[in-house]
Amino acid sequence: MSQSNFSEAVIHRATFIERDSLTIPILKILQADGTTYEDAVLPQIDQQLSQRIFDACIFTRVLDERMLAAQRQGRISFYMTCTGEEAAVLGSVAALDDGDVILAQYREHAALRYRGFSTQQYMDQLFSNEQDLGKGRQMPIHYGINALNFQTISSPLATQIPQASGVGYSLKLQQKPNVAICYFGEGAASEGDFHAGLNMASVHKVPVIFFCRNNGYAISTPTEEQYAGNGIASRGLGYGMHTIRVDGNDMLAVLAATQQARAYAVKHSAPVLIEAMTYRLGAHSSSDDPSGYRSKDEEAKWQQHDPVKRFKLWLIKEGWTTEADEQALYSKYRDEVLAAVKVAEKVPSPKIDLLIEDVYDQPPPRLKQQLEELKQHIAKYPKAYPKTAGRL
Amino acid sequence: MAKMNMLQAINQALTLEMERNDRMLVFGEDVGHFGGVFRATSGLQDKFGKDRCFNTPLTEQGIAGFANGLASNGMTPVAEIQFADYIFPAFDQIVNEAAKFRFRSGNQFNVGGLTIRTPYGGGIAGGHYHSQSPEAYFTQVAGLKVVVPRNAYQAKGLLLASIRDNNPVVFFEPKRLYRASVNDVPEEDYEIPLGQAEVIQDGTDVTVLAWGAQVEVVQKACDMAKEAGISCELIDLRTLAPWDVEAVAKSVIKTGRLVINHEAPLTGGFAGEIAATIQQECFLYLESPIMRVCGLDTPYPLVHEKEYMPDAFKTFEAIKASVNY
Ligand SMILES: Cc1ncc(C[n+]2csc(CCOP(=O)(O)OP(=O)(O)O)c2C)c(N)n1
Repeated sequence: MSQSNFSEAVIHRATFIERDSLTIPILKILQADGTTYEDAVLPQIDQQLSQRIFDACIFTRVLDERMLAAQRQGRISFYMTCTGEEAAVLGSVAALDDGDVILAQYREHAALRYRGFSTQQYMDQLFSNEQDLGKGRQMPIHYGINALNFQTISSPLATQIPQASGVGYSLKLQQKPNVAICYFGEGAASEGDFHAGLNMASVHKVPVIFFCRNNGYAISTPTEEQYAGNGIASRGLGYGMHTIRVDGNDMLAVLAATQQARAYAVKHSAPVLIEAMTYRLGAHSSSDDPSGYRSKDEEAKWQQHDPVKRFKLWLIKEGWTTEADEQALYSKYRDEVLAAVKVAEKVPSPKIDLLIEDVYDQPPPRLKQQLEELKQHIAKYPKAYPKTAGRL
Repeated sequence: MAKMNMLQAINQALTLEMERNDRMLVFGEDVGHFGGVFRATSGLQDKFGKDRCFNTPLTEQGIAGFANGLASNGMTPVAEIQFADYIFPAFDQIVNEAAKFRFRSGNQFNVGGLTIRTPYGGGIAGGHYHSQSPEAYFTQVAGLKVVVPRNAYQAKGLLLASIRDNNPVVFFEPKRLYRASVNDVPEEDYEIPLGQAEVIQDGTDVTVLAWGAQVEVVQKACDMAKEAGISCELIDLRTLAPWDVEAVAKSVIKTGRLVINHEAPLTGGFAGEIAATIQQECFLYLESPIMRVCGLDTPYPLVHEKEYMPDAFKTFEAIKASVNY
């Protein structure tokens, strides 16, 4: 029967469902002091997994701090941080299998680290040098690596959402016991692509996890001016999707939710929506100054919910780390990042011949001709094209 | 007169028209309190209130559709698309809806009050998603006007004319000149008529044509040509749809040669349309083939931006080739 998928209750007087009648609980496991709530059900986690997560946390903090500084010094042109959202990103990626495909927005480089992206690989992308896997074509932070099942980031927002549905469906048809995970912000969730992607996934029963980092702002726009409903989670329900809201600054809550989401998605071949409530501690990007649209007090308040600190306190309670371990990790990664910067800076830019490659599988004759003409032109005016003139 | 950059001139145009026309609204991503990521709408919310200047949710499709609805019911929406690269989610609302409202309804409905402003173009190390010049896509859409100013003075006059024009207008703002282009701009209200090209510099040997940010580039090429003894007539097209065939043809009849420069890729770019039209209009007067200096047929690259750009040197070479053909 074609109309079977609506609820059965019948009424005989126009009675509207109240906007506020929908309560969506939020999963919290870890308290601010690193203890867990009394009745909390912990995720599957052991010392080894915690260490891997914590390592990626500290690396990401160091990377963000150093590269923002590098941007200020004019060494790289642009940067975006994950600061404040490490638990959302790492708690979720740590619940996945390495064969699960990640489609990210741009603030999820912690996930890439967790998967094994090397410090040098970050630097090569950020410095757009010859070693960059993306061949220097995109702005800094647009990472991507096939070997780690992390699709290359695209700047237009939300385009990855319907794509994730397609990736998930392909995993299903290829009979792989895997899911696609799609990260996006609450801002991107306003795009048409979000609605299209969720609808496709739910109708076609796709194993995909839609992971919304609801971090309070889309550049300067606060959530009150982004949506009027009950966050992003309520939309998952509207699309007939298994849905959960979690404290995005709580590593254990995010991990627990994602572990279960993944198990459900694989078992039932169905999409799941996770909304992680968090806060963008830093600026939108290195081009942005948040003092123009939000108060220092607000930022300070959120500093107290620092997800890395909260997780660390738990690890210390478990006896799995110490303050000294943390400091050692910081200095190890500072040295590592600094060394990688030095290497990356010395690697030359991609050669000019790369300009016409990968536009198509093979450069068509017209493109080859354009390249030839360009090279002749550069040879004629070497001073005007200092980066390429010497390497024709 | 005051010295103003392009952002200030645009801000002033918006302010003037909002004062004059209380049905005018300004909206888009981050345009409210923050004044837009480039700050073109700074202060408007304070001055005119949140009903008339506001942030929208992050949906270009929504912004354009909403604007169409407003305009179809007698309002004057001036919507901002944060970067021209992100106008494509709004493509359907612009191409199939805004452009055809009047035609499909037998002129019962129209969205003539609509203006869409959007920063376009490269030269800012923005890579392929913050550098595109998508104007040609819109020039093929009957019912739309497409306008591209080259400096602060032009921006103010052309924007005022666009907002007051009784047709939907897509207004492309050259972002690399936003702060770099500083002109004397009158404080008062003035319009620069749409559909009219401007001859910026008279010359006799070759006509050089550009629009928007590229006018500055070809100006440099014309200066180089002058040193080499070549006299260029420099034209800023200003409006691409409908474009001023007469002015360009008149110039080419005089000089016998035409070099067209734009930043978008060569193939399918608007220069092709101009070249075809001018060779038809001026065939017997042409002394050499019409030259195009454009972006390459690749996405706009990050590291090879300098090489990719149709810069002054490439334009100078084309001018020489045209003259020495
Ligand atoms: C289609 C599109 N429109 C606009 C932009 C410009 N832009 C880049 S990031 C951003 C805000 C995104 O906010 P959100 O999705 O909440 O993610 P967050 O930055 O908060 O992590 C905007 C408007 C874009 N990249 N793509």
